[in-house]
Amino acid sequence: MSSKFSIFKKGLLDISPLLIPVIPFGIIFGAIGIELGFSPLITYATSLIIFGGASQIVFIQLLSGGASSLVAITSVGVINSRHFLYGAVLTEYLEKLSLIKKLLISYLITDQTFAVSNKYFKNHKINNHSHYHLIGAGVILWTTWQVTTIIGIFLGSIVPEEWGLKFAIPLTFLAIIVNDFRKLDHVLVMIISGISSLIFFDIPFKAYIILTPLIGLLSALIIIKFKKKI
Amino acid sequence: MSWISVIIAGLITYFTRFSMITFVNSKMMSKKVRLVLSYVPSTVFPAIIFPAVFYNDFGNLVEINDPKIFGIIAAIIIGFFSKNVIATILAGLIVYWFLIF
Repeated sequence: MSSKFSIFKKGLLDISPLLIPVIPFGIIFGAIGIELGFSPLITYATSLIIFGGASQIVFIQLLSGGASSLVAITSVGVINSRHFLYGAVLTEYLEKLSLIKKLLISYLITDQTFAVSNKYFKNHKINNHSHYHLIGAGVILWTTWQVTTIIGIFLGSIVPEEWGLKFAIPLTFLAIIVNDFRKLDHVLVMIISGISSLIFFDIPFKAYIILTPLIGLLSALIIIKFKKKI
Repeated sequence: MSWISVIIAGLITYFTRFSMITFVNSKMMSKKVRLVLSYVPSTVFPAIIFPAVFYNDFGNLVEINDPKIFGIIAAIIIGFFSKNVIATILAGLIVYWFLIF
């Protein structure tokens, strides 16, 4: 049985390539907060309290643009509602933990930690220490996000936009799903979901981010039924 | 006012994170539900990938010869054969950088 620390380290290692775009993203977020007229403290507080990159940017942009708090808060809720799906997937791997541990570890669930830890849980036998993978991945991602937000707050956008590191965001998520490229059913769901996200991109509150997975899962259900028949 | 908004937004976000893990366990889910849920990565991540690749900063479709298109094709090919996270990311970035610089 692997020790706690070695699983923790595995989580840390697995997530590190996914941090490439997180670093410039955090810096840009900190810089935008100040540019839009928020105090350093409240800009940083969003990284600590909300801790959800894309939703934080939308949140401060809406508030500074004169939108009501209700609209800004609703947008954050809609954008982050995809965590419900991550939680539903992860719960079977974490169900032996105590309530307090579940509540603490939940704070670390993000796109990136879900991506790497779900992959780890699927491919390894679950034991009493498995959740340290999620903790390892989460702690380094969290630290990176906090530190880069602070760098952005005080130093501004020090990463030139011309470097195109924004493009690393889709690349890192692509890298996570390449394992399923050989499965036709998964590829179909990916294409249906991708096209849905393009079609519904402009609906209010960025709701495409949760509407798309619902369409994708519905198509997965249909594909499963169809597969059974043949 | 901003502070209250940040705290409420944070509480809602935290709720989206802990609710399923705390209140739902695998016994409550049928085999079929869990099978459908196994497609979550294949549906959530394309919703992040596609708009980031096919739309520009103004929300318009990019041209077919946009560097991002070539970058993502390179990443898909390398990813398909290598199944390696770092190789996939680097392939995409290198092709993209080669075209924009």
